[in-house]
Amino acid sequence: MGSITLEKVSKSFGTTNVIPEIDLEIADGEFVVFVGPSGCGKSTLLRIIAGLEDVTSGTIRIDGTDATHEAPAKRGLSMVFQSYALYPHMSVYGNIAFPLKMAGEDKSAIDDKVRSAARVLNLTDYLDRKPRQLSGGQRQRVAIGRAIVRQPKAFLFDEPLSNLDAALRVNMRLEISELHHQLKTTMIYVTHDQVEAMTMADKIVVLNAGRIEQVGSPLELYRNPKNLFVAGFIGSPKMNLIDGAAAAREKAATIGVRPEHIVLSKTEGPWQGKVTVVEHLGADTFVHVDVDGVGSVTARAPGEFPVKHGERVFLTPEAEKLYRFAENGEAL
Amino acid sequence: MATLRTRSAARLMMTPAVLTLFVWMIVPLAMTLYFSLLRYNLLMPGMEEWAGTLNYRYFLTDPAFGAALVNTLLLVGGVLLITIVGGTLLALLLDQPFFGQGIVRLLVIAPFFVMPTVSALVWKNMLMHPVYGIFAWIARLFGLQPVDWLANLPLFSVTMIVAWQWLPFATLILLTALQSLDEEQKEAAEMDGAGPISRFIYIVLPHLARAMTVVVLIETIFLLSVFAEILVTTNGGPGYESTNITYLVYAQALLQFDVGGASAGGIVAVILANIVAIFLIRLIGKNLEA
Repeated sequence: MGSITLEKVSKSFGTTNVIPEIDLEIADGEFVVFVGPSGCGKSTLLRIIAGLEDVTSGTIRIDGTDATHEAPAKRGLSMVFQSYALYPHMSVYGNIAFPLKMAGEDKSAIDDKVRSAARVLNLTDYLDRKPRQLSGGQRQRVAIGRAIVRQPKAFLFDEPLSNLDAALRVNMRLEISELHHQLKTTMIYVTHDQVEAMTMADKIVVLNAGRIEQVGSPLELYRNPKNLFVAGFIGSPKMNLIDGAAAAREKAATIGVRPEHIVLSKTEGPWQGKVTVVEHLGADTFVHVDVDGVGSVTARAPGEFPVKHGERVFLTPEAEKLYRFAENGEAL
Repeated sequence: MATLRTRSAARLMMTPAVLTLFVWMIVPLAMTLYFSLLRYNLLMPGMEEWAGTLNYRYFLTDPAFGAALVNTLLLVGGVLLITIVGGTLLALLLDQPFFGQGIVRLLVIAPFFVMPTVSALVWKNMLMHPVYGIFAWIARLFGLQPVDWLANLPLFSVTMIVAWQWLPFATLILLTALQSLDEEQKEAAEMDGAGPISRFIYIVLPHLARAMTVVVLIETIFLLSVFAEILVTTNGGPGYESTNITYLVYAQALLQFDVGGASAGGIVAVILANIVAIFLIRLIGKNLEA
């Protein structure tokens, strides 16, 4: 109930090839996140799965049956859009009831389902309101409500949190994760925010220019990035990527070391440099250092690290947490 | 406009415009009101005398008045119906991507730029003429008796001509409304299992409601005073079959030279227009609230 398979799916708009052949397996009940920079084709891929875009070639299977040319409504998927796409002239109740009404269910069944969905999403008090009378987070929940009443095989989320403010985003992130644990339905979630990807996903699909760079669990991607792109994309702050002489010493074209794998010291270490910017976050301190002969490096010190702009510090990258990349960007 | 001084300055600056507009409106209205209470016929100049409400009594009890009132409502209603339904369908059609879209849109809008007398003449002589009109030619092609449109179906013919002129306006307004419909909403409805017809009824039509209200209100204002088309084609006839209130007032004033009676008719027309306006605002005005 809810496994999705893409076989050699490709998509072109005119002569521009946005997605060269992609193969992907999504198991039932998985929370899969498509992540990548804007314009990498992740939304297009989601819309192809939804049926809102045709594939140029390839096959989409949902629960084993070929759904490549099936109409969106017939695929049994539901989608939450970036703009929420609520129907402005309908009340919250009308919005959530709409897919059921279209499915031709009888009134009392619709009423039961809408009310139980509203209970799950804390919308019971707002059922009579129009979308314009709701806050961003409430609208988001209505959109999710509209998606869950149909009991779809899978949910598709297209950057659903990008219109919310930071605090609400963290909240909704938790709510969606909780919802996934409750419903145990397959979810596919598109975002450009790697923090959302890391915190919510069972499986992350990193996309770049329409290609899948790597597929894996969040920690797998964090520990073993397959190439430079994934290494630079996953993790915050970004991994330090260093080339030149320092890399050549490690017999690689580029070496990478995460800020949290660098030990800062005021007295000793193999790298020495001048502090350019210090960011005190309380729990952590991020220090940007212009290291002699290496370049700009970001290091993370746990807790407070008393250092000021212009001071000289010493850095020790942890040798066993050093990533080495070949000329073509692949990990060695 | 925050302080007392800027507010009074603003009032002072606006006064000339407001005064001009007020005088522009009130003088003709007052004169019409005054004339409507006189026995004032251009055939008997200098013999004006006070008539009280006599003019109103004559105008309202004239059998032509009832006919003209019904014709006016039929004409307005008919044209509104045709332009709203036709305009919606045309707008849906023009919203589709197709080759030559720009030119087709321009062609659709063209009738709006043709002046009423010209379009009425074109319809009268080129399309509806029973001998050398295109409709007559088509009828003969199928071996049918050509219809003398303006003689047998005068009000229907006038309605067609006016509808043809106003269809582009409705299409244009509804097309822009259609284009402002959020694409994701349509896609959401598609995902929710709504077919093309359900999408039209539940998503597109409610979205168009406000634009339709605007079309109805604006068109009603102009359609209550349709005149040129009637003058050019039927002259209100045969009998009073295609006479509307506007044309009746004209006939009273400039064919019978009865300025007093025509003025009374004018005042009646003003009151009628206001009644229609109140009904319209009551009926559909709530669509205009945000």
